Amino acid sequence: MASNHRQGGSNGGGNEGSQRRAPEWADGLKQLYDSVVEEALPDNFRDLLDRLDALDDGGPPPGSNDNGQRTAGDRT
Amino acid sequence: MSEADSPGAKLSAIDKASFKRELTQVVPHLRAFARGLCGRPDLADDLVQETMLKAWAAQDRFEPGTSMRAWTFVILRNAYLTDMRRNRFRGEYDEGVAERILTAPAGQEEPIHLSDLHRALLTLPAERREALLLVGAGGFSYEEAAQICGCAVGTIKSRVGRARAALTEMLANGNIPRRSSDDDIAHRAILEELDTVAAGNGISSQR
Repeated sequence: MASNHRQGGSNGGGNEGSQRRAPEWADGLKQLYDSVVEEALPDNFRDLLDRLDALDDGGPPPGSNDNGQRTAGDRT
Repeated sequence: MSEADSPGAKLSAIDKASFKRELTQVVPHLRAFARGLCGRPDLADDLVQETMLKAWAAQDRFEPGTSMRAWTFVILRNAYLTDMRRNRFRGEYDEGVAERILTAPAGQEEPIHLSDLHRALLTLPAERREALLLVGAGGFSYEEAAQICGCAVGTIKSRVGRARAALTEMLANGNIPRRSSDDDIAHRAILEELDTVAAGNGISSQR
């Protein structure tokens, strides 16, 4: 193989026992993960939290569905 | 488990606000973890929403100052295992998404197709896949990953090692299932392993 030693430097620690050099796909795995992390967050996630928040405040559930309904003051 | 210090199990408004803020911040990570686990973006996002609901309902069990990401990953993982056993995820894989992205490490002739990598990842047994995702993609230490998965550190190390070896082998030999139909075999193996995994390990998922 062409010897491309690509030492990016930031070797996030925890890589003990360098049994073999990091497989060349290792970056790809991070990339897969990071590409999702960096996606713009669809509104419905924030909306969900806002709805839950409103529920807890005893406010009327805006557009409630069967998910996560929890009657306020009904905790044991 | 430890709710000794929550008086009346009522969180202050400040705690509540910071819980919500922290939960919001980890949602992108939940999505990334979920997509790595189950492949299809729409199912992954369903899983994230389910996780958020469960996390919200359990918020007085979250200890402020600890890692929200690790805490919610446990919940997501349990939800995933439960759904898997109900056969909700059938190893489906969205070709389109990963196909668009190539990774070409600098100065390297042949780029690794992220789609190949992702597909290879999805053929791994669930427990190895999650271990590799946590450590290799999520940047958790072995110790943190062990806590999330409810197993010993040595177990995580061995799962990560096997996952790496399997991926390296698959990618080197081009030995990657092409279609989701091929995943049925892998998936059956996953489901069998899951019975073992879900039976003993992990923090019990409520309900």
